[in-house]
Amino acid sequence: MAMSPALSRASSPARWQDYVQLLKPRVMSLVIFTAITGLVCAQGPVNPVLGAIAILCIAVGAGASASFNMWYDADIDAKMRRTRARPVPSGKVQGADALALGVVLSLFSVMLLGMTTNWLAAGLLAFTIFFYAVVYTMWLKRSTPQNIVIGGLAGALPPVIGWAAATGAAPLNAWLLCAIIFMWTPPHFWALSLYTSEDYEKAGVPMMPVTAGAASTRKQILIYSLLFTPLCIVPAFTGLGGLTYLAVAAAGGLVFLVLAWRVFRSRAGERIGERNDDGLYDVKASSKDARNLFAFSILYLTLLFATLLAEHLLDLPAVGAFQ
Amino acid sequence: MSAPLQDRRSQDPQAEAKARRGRNIALALGLVLFVVLVFVVTVVRLGASVADRPL
Repeated sequence: MAMSPALSRASSPARWQDYVQLLKPRVMSLVIFTAITGLVCAQGPVNPVLGAIAILCIAVGAGASASFNMWYDADIDAKMRRTRARPVPSGKVQGADALALGVVLSLFSVMLLGMTTNWLAAGLLAFTIFFYAVVYTMWLKRSTPQNIVIGGLAGALPPVIGWAAATGAAPLNAWLLCAIIFMWTPPHFWALSLYTSEDYEKAGVPMMPVTAGAASTRKQILIYSLLFTPLCIVPAFTGLGGLTYLAVAAAGGLVFLVLAWRVFRSRAGERIGERNDDGLYDVKASSKDARNLFAFSILYLTLLFATLLAEHLLDLPAVGAFQ
Repeated sequence: MSAPLQDRRSQDPQAEAKARRGRNIALALGLVLFVVLVFVVTVVRLGASVADRPL
């Protein structure tokens, strides 16, 4: 990891808020949401207080892996508009401090989760931190365009950890939630990278549009969308989701496929002489379809998990209840 | 990876002192939270069984 001179210069004293930023609070909120869904869907005999502490441990573990990522990726973060204001590349926090925070939070979160619930959940959390920090950040991210495909497993595991925390087991339905997030990740991130590929190219990160080109990326987005959307229906037939879930998954899946098809037919990610330096999220006209898919992918995943959560909390009818 | 110590200090001693105070308070609150969590976990997990142990 090379470090630019700007990285070692402290422009202003580090505030505690800068350390909070190292934990990527927005990513953490998604982790909390999916982990709660796993914990609630498991319907295990978990004490509510211990359940809340388990979710806190999973969130802190996710924050720890984010801190490792911020430490290791400071050099490439400094080259990208989206990431150059992060605490380490901006000089607010030293890289070594980010590393120390990651180590301490990893140990505390895993140990406390083990003591609070069970060691299967703690082991899965430790594996998730290792997978994100070492396998994805240190190895895959800079070496292969499949980085976010394989690395997506780290982001997909929180519902399994939540399920294991509640029951001490990780059955098929828990892994189904994991598979949904895993298959969602490539179309989600590749849609984003279609209109931010110049940043990745500048930083030397081999994202799919940089290495395989925009046309190939659009085709792969469509292929993954064709695999992802039917998978979202499956929980309705394994006892995990009910009728409401089936309706949301089917209708949303249809919209997802239409948007993926539009991306496939568009020229998103191609350099056709347009320039737009106004801001990160000001998108070239040709990439609007990619932006739409990216935005809807977030909404769709949120709706799927929120519906599962609501069905289990409100005890809504399952598929086949009216037969 | 670590920078020289003088690079880590702010040019403004007052701002540095204020930031350090904020970090210290946050660290203290974090440690207190951890102690409270361990205590709560212990109490909840033991529950009523704490009275069942042989004296």
